[in-house]
Amino acid sequence: MPSFVIDEKCDGCKGGDKTACMYICPNDLMVLDPNAMKAYNQEPDQCWECFSCVKICPTQAIEVRGYSDFVPLGSSIMPMMGTEDVMWTCKFRNGLIKRFKFPIRTTPEGEANAYNSLKGKDLDSQLLSTEEADGYSIPKPQALA
Amino acid sequence: MALPNKVVGELKAVKDPEVDEREVDILIVGGGMAACGTAFEVKKWMSDDQKVLLCDKAAMERSGAVAQGLSAINTYIGENSPDDYVRMVRNDLMGLVREDLIFDLGCHVDDSVHLFEEWGLPIWKKSDDGKNLDGKKGLKVGSLKGGAKPVRTGKWQIMINGESYKRIVAEAAKKAIGEDDIIERCFIVELLLDDKVENQIAGAVGFSLRENKVYIIKAKTVMIACGGAVNIYQPRSVGEGKGRAWYPVWNAGSTYYMGMKVGAELSMMENRFTPARFKDGYGPVGAWFLLFKAKTLNGLGENFAASEAAKKELERYAPYGTAAITPTCLRNHLMLFEMKEGRGPIIMDTVTALAELGKTMDKKELKHLEAEAWEDFLDMTCGQANLWCATNTEPEKKNSEVMPTEPYLLGSHSGCCGFWVSGPDFDWVPADYKWGDGDKVYNRMTTVKGLFTAGDGVGCSGHKFSSGSHAEGRMVAKEMVKYVRDHADFKPTIGQSKDELVDMTYKPVRLFLENKSYTTAVDINPAYVKPAGMALRLMKATHEYGAGTATYYMTTSKNLEIIMEMLNVMKEDCEKLAAGDLHELMRAWEIKHRIWTVEAHLRHIQFRKESRYPGFYYQADYPGQDDANWFCFVNSKYDPKAGKFDTFKKDYIKLIP
Repeated sequence: MPSFVIDEKCDGCKGGDKTACMYICPNDLMVLDPNAMKAYNQEPDQCWECFSCVKICPTQAIEVRGYSDFVPLGSSIMPMMGTEDVMWTCKFRNGLIKRFKFPIRTTPEGEANAYNSLKGKDLDSQLLSTEEADGYSIPKPQALA
Repeated sequence: MALPNKVVGELKAVKDPEVDEREVDILIVGGGMAACGTAFEVKKWMSDDQKVLLCDKAAMERSGAVAQGLSAINTYIGENSPDDYVRMVRNDLMGLVREDLIFDLGCHVDDSVHLFEEWGLPIWKKSDDGKNLDGKKGLKVGSLKGGAKPVRTGKWQIMINGESYKRIVAEAAKKAIGEDDIIERCFIVELLLDDKVENQIAGAVGFSLRENKVYIIKAKTVMIACGGAVNIYQPRSVGEGKGRAWYPVWNAGSTYYMGMKVGAELSMMENRFTPARFKDGYGPVGAWFLLFKAKTLNGLGENFAASEAAKKELERYAPYGTAAITPTCLRNHLMLFEMKEGRGPIIMDTVTALAELGKTMDKKELKHLEAEAWEDFLDMTCGQANLWCATNTEPEKKNSEVMPTEPYLLGSHSGCCGFWVSGPDFDWVPADYKWGDGDKVYNRMTTVKGLFTAGDGVGCSGHKFSSGSHAEGRMVAKEMVKYVRDHADFKPTIGQSKDELVDMTYKPVRLFLENKSYTTAVDINPAYVKPAGMALRLMKATHEYGAGTATYYMTTSKNLEIIMEMLNVMKEDCEKLAAGDLHELMRAWEIKHRIWTVEAHLRHIQFRKESRYPGFYYQADYPGQDDANWFCFVNSKYDPKAGKFDTFKKDYIKLIP
């Protein structure tokens, strides 16, 4: 499936400015039922299992149950997003549990340098803006140099 | 119980949407790695009076092929030369590539990788004593730009902790272009040609996935970078698992459709990609081959790829087959041979590989090695990790199956279909490979004036991957600004009226609303077809006739003749697509994009009378390579006025010895 929403945990992001899962799903699958104020996956067979909705859900209301075509029941994998790491809990069908922590970024969120004050100089060269600023020179194929 | 003849989706479509008309200098269609590169770069070159707009079908934070994350960056030149990069790509793609485009990309890709690291993407480093340092630890030995050594798995690949790769890249892109110049959840569905200037782009039309609104955008120059084409062949999993495509399931061939519809020349559309991946879950195999040094075995436990028979088979495809690195298609070819001979299934021997590596490791290092194996999946194919859990597979104790998937069309991975674009304006680039307008050359411009593409849209230039697509998007940004500067007097004119464009965009909605009350079940109605049904019709046809998995990727001239006729009928029936809600309207347009893309793919296969890419597809009437007649590109062009296709040969020019 794809992602599924746990009824009891979903509050439709009523306190937020947007329904988080609906905002993020790359395939436009997660939608809000405005009467029930609950989200659901409207087209489970087009779910990539990318976990974007699971990772963004503020109430941890979304999980993934493996595709019924080929995934046996009884397992789960669940990410917990931090600012620097993601913590995964992987539960096997036989009860084994493995936990992994992986780094996700080395800078605070929102701090990526967009070089907003950098202005390119020579529009007719083939240099990218940061290459031009660094004084890079574009090589020629060795055989033709 | 109520009759089921009501619309299912939450965002109902109405007959008359609002219309939002805009005019900009530069329009970026897409939000993936390439478009993020353009968004980052474009304002560094624009003047204050110029306008830009980016339209993404999804949300940039998690859109495109890198939405889920990646565990490696597959193109980082580093200590290698762009010349060798060209040689590697050329060999993997059986000799036929645009060496100017690949060399050019190789000159710029590292700059993007250096930015990713600066923005916060953790890139693994080698310590002085040869250990792998990930996350922030990697920065302790310095940055890549500062000369620190990455962890190479192959000659070109470097390892990353890439769960948030796209979020980081999108963050910089959004900050650089500014929120006011981005429309998310805006699906551009058709490009528009200028009414006055021949063969000149003038804008695009699309709609919102969140409100009943059609966008009509005039632009002097447009970039299309909407990825490749997925779910065009019946996937190996046909139920819920249809979504578990290897490439992102939302890539609908929109890049190819939109460009071809306005007459941009396509190239190498026959060059599909059929990756071999962990069976069903489609987890990546690259790290297993390269980082963990695992071998694949046939069902008899033999390392078939190292056998004498395999060596002999590869010699038939010299010089590509006999090169140090076997081309991707030929690796599939060997695998398929085992399967067809009854020596399947193919097994990745993870147990032996991890045991071998473990011999020289202490307990802590071993634990880290296990985590690396899991991270490879959890960073980019979470579902494969879940499949391991559900089947009680610990890779150190139990092996996993590998299998070639259904075919995909793309231009940035180990495939090179896309548009025929201009190379860079250098004297070493042959005259036939560069063009523009008047005496100006515009790098990465298609054969339509003002229409650019990058990433999966650029033909004859595979193996760009995420980093190369980003760099290419940046290159295009600069060329588009140049185009706008050089065409200051050009004012785009759209021939179609506002009403005509709305009618075209919302046709599936209007058809639905007019006819839905006729029957008691909304999906079954003789007046229309729903996109879900049309999608299955396309997949069944390609599966059976178009060299899908049903026939071990084999087709014939007769099969191609039959499917071309079926595709024509499908295109006619696309006029009867119906949509009751905005999500379904997106699906209606996507299936139209997919059908045209598949038609271009099969037209190219039909034209190329040889089987250059065994393992990806076989034309049974023309087995083997025929260098005497087919050592050339195959290009095709749709004439938007005449409504006809022309398919023809284009010379390959070797630049790098």
